[in-house]
Amino acid sequence: MIGLAHYLTVSAILFTLGVLGIFLNRKNIILMLMAIELILLSVNINLVAFSAYLGDLTGQVFAMFVLTVAAAEAAIGLAILVIFFRRRGSIAVDDVNRMRG
Amino acid sequence: MIAILAFYLFATLTIASAVAVIFARNPVHSVLWLIMAFFNAAGLMLILGAEFIAMLLVIVYVGAVAVLFLFIVMMLDIDFAALRSGFTKNLPFGLIVAFVLLAEIVVAVSAWKAGPVTGGAQPAATTQPNIEAVGELLYTRYLFPFEIAGLILLVAMIGAIVLTHRKRGDVRGQKVWKQVDRRPDEAIRLERPKVGEGVKL
Repeated sequence: MIGLAHYLTVSAILFTLGVLGIFLNRKNIILMLMAIELILLSVNINLVAFSAYLGDLTGQVFAMFVLTVAAAEAAIGLAILVIFFRRRGSIAVDDVNRMRG
Repeated sequence: MIAILAFYLFATLTIASAVAVIFARNPVHSVLWLIMAFFNAAGLMLILGAEFIAMLLVIVYVGAVAVLFLFIVMMLDIDFAALRSGFTKNLPFGLIVAFVLLAEIVVAVSAWKAGPVTGGAQPAATTQPNIEAVGELLYTRYLFPFEIAGLILLVAMIGAIVLTHRKRGDVRGQKVWKQVDRRPDEAIRLERPKVGEGVKL
């Protein structure tokens, strides 16, 4: 029988893969954004799994809110990416030094 | 039996696609693998009985977010080979961080399973469809957060438009006020040219 632990394992592996993706693709900000989407997906799986196994629908409602934030984050992130590319002609993270940070 | 089989199928494909997202050489392939991962995650949620979230995942993630990524990746002319140059250098450190994180999560889950949490609760026998139940909750108890979510999306939309909007000097836009202000007496000129001379324009 598939238990809660199975879903938590899948979600944990997905989360770890997302973090690994951020660490591996240090220069490519598009892939970093995709890795963040993977992390948010794992959070969603967690929320829905707990909601199903505890018999409480609140988890699914909050999964929807996570989805909302993920969509907003992707839109704003990609918009920033586009204007950055227009100005500098590159999206390498190493080139982001305008503010000397 | 079929549920177990479906779970393992969806879970394996989700994780395999996530691996492919990270390790694909071409970012376009990465986005396509991401879509695959979203589809399979939607399948996982379908098994759990969360039909609404599963459909939302397909519509929002695959239909909007992943296609947005695809547009951006294909629109920007980027030398992706140069961006991958630090890949092998970061690999050992990234793997160490990933393994530490995974170990921590495993420890946390096993500690949670050992602890006195009310984990054994059976899901309530629902006669109501999932989507109706979610809607009922969303429009009563979580109405305010729901409205805030809508506001966040509105702000994101306006922000994205404002950020990427620019005035271009090399295009001739439509001047609506000029068109609206035009009157028949200045737009039309009656001429009576002599034979063989034609109209001066």
